[in-house]
Amino acid sequence: MKLITAIVKPFKLDDVKDALKAAGVQGITVSEVRGFGRQGGHTETYRGAEYKIDFVPKVRLEIVVDDQDVDGVVAAVKAAASTGKIGDGKIWVTGVDRIIRIRTGEEGHDAV
Amino acid sequence: MKLITAIVKPFKLDDVKDALKAAGVQGITVSEVRGFGRQGGHSETYRGAEYKIDFVPKVRLELVVDDSSVDAVIAAIKASANTGKIGDGKIWVASVDRLVRIRTGEEGPDAI
Amino acid sequence: MESGNIAWVLISAALVLFMTPGLAFFYGGMDRNRNVLNMLMMNFYCVLIIPILWVAVGYSLSQTPFDNDFIGGFDSFFLKDITVAGDGMSLAIVAFLGMFAAITPALISGAVADRMKFSAWAIFVPVWSLLVYVPVFKWVYGGWLADRGSIDFAGGTAIHVNAGIAALAAVMVLGKRKSAPTPPHSMPLVMIGTGILWFGWFGFNAGSALAANGAAAQAFMNTFLAAAAAGLAWILIEWLRDGHPTNLGAASGIVAGLVAITPAAGYVSGPSPIFIGLIAGVICCYAVRLKHKFGYDDALDVVGVHFVGGLVGSLLIGFFANPSFFDGAFMEGIFYGGSAKLLLEQAIANGAAIVWSFVLTYGIMVALKKTIGVRVSEESEAGGLDLAEHGETAYHGAQ
Repeated sequence: MKLITAIVKPFKLDDVKDALKAAGVQGITVSEVRGFGRQGGHTETYRGAEYKIDFVPKVRLEIVVDDQDVDGVVAAVKAAASTGKIGDGKIWVTGVDRIIRIRTGEEGHDAV
Repeated sequence: MKLITAIVKPFKLDDVKDALKAAGVQGITVSEVRGFGRQGGHSETYRGAEYKIDFVPKVRLELVVDDSSVDAVIAAIKASANTGKIGDGKIWVASVDRLVRIRTGEEGPDAI
Repeated sequence: MESGNIAWVLISAALVLFMTPGLAFFYGGMDRNRNVLNMLMMNFYCVLIIPILWVAVGYSLSQTPFDNDFIGGFDSFFLKDITVAGDGMSLAIVAFLGMFAAITPALISGAVADRMKFSAWAIFVPVWSLLVYVPVFKWVYGGWLADRGSIDFAGGTAIHVNAGIAALAAVMVLGKRKSAPTPPHSMPLVMIGTGILWFGWFGFNAGSALAANGAAAQAFMNTFLAAAAAGLAWILIEWLRDGHPTNLGAASGIVAGLVAITPAAGYVSGPSPIFIGLIAGVICCYAVRLKHKFGYDDALDVVGVHFVGGLVGSLLIGFFANPSFFDGAFMEGIFYGGSAKLLLEQAIANGAAIVWSFVLTYGIMVALKKTIGVRVSEESEAGGLDLAEHGETAYHGAQ
């Protein structure tokens, strides 16, 4: 099993969610985060004083999937989150040793 | 060392925290997240127009533990977060290569 | 006695000014979190530009000389000949009416939310005020529509129907938003905005008596009752139809009731405001769904609440007007022994305002679209108008 983590632009969340649903994903965890990357931030001016806002709002998605589903899910996120502009985000995949569904206690493949 | 990540129902957070304290856990990181899973969302009606709220509020717990403590911690979360209803959440375990305590520079199990 | 009247008109003017930030919060809370500051700014801009425009030319063109049928003249440009004689009542009235001029274009902002270029809005507001608001105001107050016998106590036709139909014309030129509508980002903001609007509306309606007298007291009472009845009607329908009485339903009903009682406030009495509120609450609760049927993107329901509510209230005067109660020189409604003549005149007055406002607003929007453009870029729309148009964000961190 793998944990897929993706950082995407907030307004793309609905598209990504729909793409993941269509790809058969059963569960996603989403959190609102801020990112600092090549996109850079922006400046806001209040009463003539400039504030550099380095961190840009982003959404983080976490999805645990079976090994054989990794490519499909990554492709779905990639296609749905892409705008072609700097700041579209990143996807990374890490290994998961164990997974448990709290309600039933099921482990492994059954708990995905 | 392992990173244990758990997604639980928000109102269960206090129970889980107490159970983890009782199990000897020294530190937890908690964040407010939203989840999309089998529990499904709900709809809200504003001026007669229905909006489907797919994402349900959840709490994410992250804790790094010694390999020997993994089973006990999972058991504690499983027992305290369980309501028997759909949407109780998931726990997953991933390997951690390195761990550093920022203040002292301690590494490995000493930094837990 | 005169000083009492002036005191009430001045206080009412301040109450009406407070309605614009109230409206801004009402709309801003309903909007999405990345566009809330743009919504507030569209409203606050109206109280920056309109007071100056009003004093320069607006008041004169919409009021003096009072007997002109279609448009006023140049006699009072820059308050020429307005003095403080008679304890300053004429000056107090200029200020009071200026507040109405300011909030009227602000009403339209709710329809164009989430996609209109602020530069286009900045030009639209004064141009619309001069070409649409000023003449219609003149027709209704002292002009040909008033001479025919139609009545509008505090601005049902001149303000709500006028701005409501303009909102429809504006969104027809502007087009739909790129992304699907979202639920309100802050219902508490909507509710505080509603409270401010209701509070300010006592000045709007009871102040329109232009005196501290019985008509003012009855208009105050009507404002109290119609809003309550309409809010109640709206949440009851929701409860039965959708399963829950919602905060937005209560807020929308209150505003619909306030809009509907506005034209009638000084002409109806007894239980009539309750009936007017109930009828407006029910009709507007269904009218806000028309946009889904007809496919126009009136983001925050300016048409469904202000146009429909204003029209309903104005036409109901034809049934509920009670001149003997006020010892007033206006026609009786059908329920008070009158013929259908008043109802017909109300229909003609609203018809004239609707045609003028729709055609001119459509023309102004097309002219803006062909010159400076009316829509923000797709990128700005996706990333939020707060940052793109104003360089500010309402909530730092997560959006």
